[in-house]
Formats: sequence, structure tokens, C-alpha cells
Amino acid sequence: MSDMILTRMGDGERVRLEAAEIREDILDGTEDAAKRAGIAPLSEDEQEQLFEIIADPARIVSVKPGNEVIVTDDGCSMSFYGGQDGGGVGAPLSRMQAVLTYERACGADTTSLGHSDYSYKPVKPIINFEANDYYNISMATTAPFFYGAQPNLGLYFQPDGPCPNAAELMPQGKIEEACQAQEEAAEHLQRDLVFVGRRLAEVGLEGLNFDTCGSAGDADFLAALKAVAELKKTVPDLPILMGAAGEFVLGMHGSVTFQGERLAGMFPQDQARMVAAAGGDIFGMAVSTATTESVPWNLSRAVTFLKATSERSPIPVHANVGMGVCGVPMMEQPPIDSVTRVSKALVEIGKADGL
Amino acid sequence: MGMQIAHIMASCMGGIRTAGDLVAWMQITRRMKIREAKAYVAKKLAIDPFELTDEEIMRELRKDLGIGTVTSIAGSPKGILAKSRVARLLDINIRSVALFRSQLDA
Repeated sequence: MSDMILTRMGDGERVRLEAAEIREDILDGTEDAAKRAGIAPLSEDEQEQLFEIIADPARIVSVKPGNEVIVTDDGCSMSFYGGQDGGGVGAPLSRMQAVLTYERACGADTTSLGHSDYSYKPVKPIINFEANDYYNISMATTAPFFYGAQPNLGLYFQPDGPCPNAAELMPQGKIEEACQAQEEAAEHLQRDLVFVGRRLAEVGLEGLNFDTCGSAGDADFLAALKAVAELKKTVPDLPILMGAAGEFVLGMHGSVTFQGERLAGMFPQDQARMVAAAGGDIFGMAVSTATTESVPWNLSRAVTFLKATSERSPIPVHANVGMGVCGVPMMEQPPIDSVTRVSKALVEIGKADGL
Repeated sequence: MGMQIAHIMASCMGGIRTAGDLVAWMQITRRMKIREAKAYVAKKLAIDPFELTDEEIMRELRKDLGIGTVTSIAGSPKGILAKSRVARLLDINIRSVALFRSQLDA
């Protein structure tokens, strides 16, 4: 029993595994990532380093002094006053109070503001409200203060939006119609992303976060890339963080391209290259956590994707480390033993520029 | 919320407790990777990059430079005033500061 190592499954369930089982999961995870993305697996030394992080008997772990990185966020201040569905603790704080608490009490490197729906489309009709809040809070903050939300192409399909529903057309065999609907929706989305970015830029926006790009597939990712490129033409000094939705771009359309390259099926190392080419300043890498695999397997996989991406990316790479991403267990209240191991491994082995 | 705090404790530079905000500014305004951003800020502060996350060093430096301290000192620059000094210190454009200065000088 004493040789068993305490770890978790991807759904957060606590398990005790033999050292050999953990090493096997680490090997399987890195080989899976390497095979899928056509990248190098972790070396034996790196696998052993990951094993030591996972097997550390302490409840929580951290990076060594000097290895700290920048931690950006995706609407984290909303978690102070939001509810369960947004991971919020429901404290009765205003938006400004939450942002300043996050900056000053938690010591966050950056802070952010976002609409409670956390999608760009619903921001458009209340843009003046958001611009007012952003401006007022930006006068009080000291750390970089972002505005963030998700592009969320899904909101542009019927019944929520103006375009025919691609997900309904495809099962009917109407592939061409489904592709056209996605292209049309992507144009609407791009316009909204640029509209919100420009309006907030007028009130001194310090940074814009396009979070979880590609959640509805390659047309979603394309709209965000085009919006970044368009915003950089008109507001070149606006920092933009563009984060992905998963380790590869879902080919819901299959044929859309950016600068001549097909987006469907792109893995993180190429996603980062596209974001940089569009003019983005930071790439947020996401790798989905498999709930039926162990944290060692998931983390090994995420670190492998990240290492290849960090080595090749011309811009800083921040690994997304929310619930169910990059090895963090997929649950509402991720256990800090796993969270801190993910944190340390992504920084010290994956060479993340930030989280 | 607890998850984010766990990341901050495990890996974060520490924001305005130390020099985390300064390094973050360099990443977002100049696309600098972490090592380059730390080296740039450390040079501007005339300290070693290792000292950027040392509260004992950074606390006094931040107070002396008037770039905002994590504990609130009455009368000491914070918010947009601190950011204005950060922009000058790091030789970068901070968009909120640019707007503030344009309104101040109008």
C-alpha cells in the first residue's frame, strides 16, 4: 500500500496507482499526443520529471523560485460574484470590487472583465454599458486589464441567430447548405468581434481576449483570426490574446482557410502560428481532458502538445488550465492537488510562457 | 475561484505583489516570451531576473518608483497614476494611460 501513489482520474476521482502504472500512463499519453500531432514525444528524462511531479508526496506542489510565469485569466473576477454555472462563489461584489480583489488580494498578474454570458454577441447591444464599466475600472487597476469573451459561433444559428442551423442541415445530407450557413455565420461573428473590439478600444482598452476560439469548429476559428487581423489594421496597438477550444480545430466545415492554409484538423503548434500570422500577441493553448483516463495520462499528453507549441511559436504561449483543460480534471471544483501538478508540469516541462 | 488561486500560488509571478504586472505588460505589448520579458523588466529595474518575484526586493522598489504596491499606502500612486509611471518606466504604450494623458492635457 505504501508504494501506491495518490492521483486522480480525468473526472476528479481519487485513485491510488502503482509507480509502474503511472509511468505507463505517462508514456501512453505522450505517445498519443506525438502520434496525433506529428510531434516529438517527451524524452525519458522529461517523462521521469513528470513522474516526480505527480508522485510528489506533498498535497500541493509549485514551480521552483525563478521559474514563475504570467497567469492570465478568462473572466476569473466573475467567479467572485457569479454562480455555480460559471464556477462562481456568489459573493455579493460589484464588478469593480471583484476585479480589484483579484488584482490586490490574490496577486494576479492580469485581470479582466466580461459579460456574464461570456459571448461577444450579447455584448453588442449593451456595448455602451460595458464600455462605461471598462473605462471606470481601468482607472483603478494597475495590472493589465483585459476584456474577454468567447466568439461562440453557435449563437448565430437558428433559433438563436439569423443563419440556418448547420448542425441540423448536416444530418439531412445538406452538406453544401451547412457549409454556406457556417460561412455566413462566421461573417456575422467577425463583424461583432471587430465592433466590440473597436468600441472598447475607444475607451482605452488595454487588451482583448478572444477565448475558446473554434468551439463551434473551423469557421468559428476563422472568424476570430479574421477579426484579429482586421482589428490589428485599425487599432495596431491593441494587445490581443487568442485562445483555442481544443487540441485540434474541429472540421465542422472542413474547407475554410486562413492565408491559404486549411484550419480543420490543425494542432496547437499550427494554431499558434496562425494566431501569430493574424497579428495576435498571445496564443492560448487548450487540450481537452479525457475523463476516463488518469491525470498522469492527460497531463503527459498536454505537456507534449505544449512543448512542441512553445518551441515553435513566435509569440508567447499560455496554456489554458481551467476545468477539463490541459490535464485539469473535468469537474466543477477541480482538486488543488491535481491543479498545482498541472501548473508545475506545464511550466517546467512544457515551457509555457504563461497559464 | 479556488482553482485560479491554486495556479497563482503554484506558478504565478505575483502581480503587483512583485513584478508580475510588469512582465505581463511586456508579453502583451511586445509579444515577448517569458524569459525575454523578465530580462527586459529586470534590466529596467536594475535587478537580477531572479529577484523579480522576491517580495522583499520588489516591495521597496515599487514603493520607491511609485508604480503601485499591493498594500494600500495613502497618497501613493495606484491605478491609472501607477500605470502611467509603468508605461514610462518600461517605455511602452498602455492604451488606458494614453487616453488618460490625452484627456489630462486637453
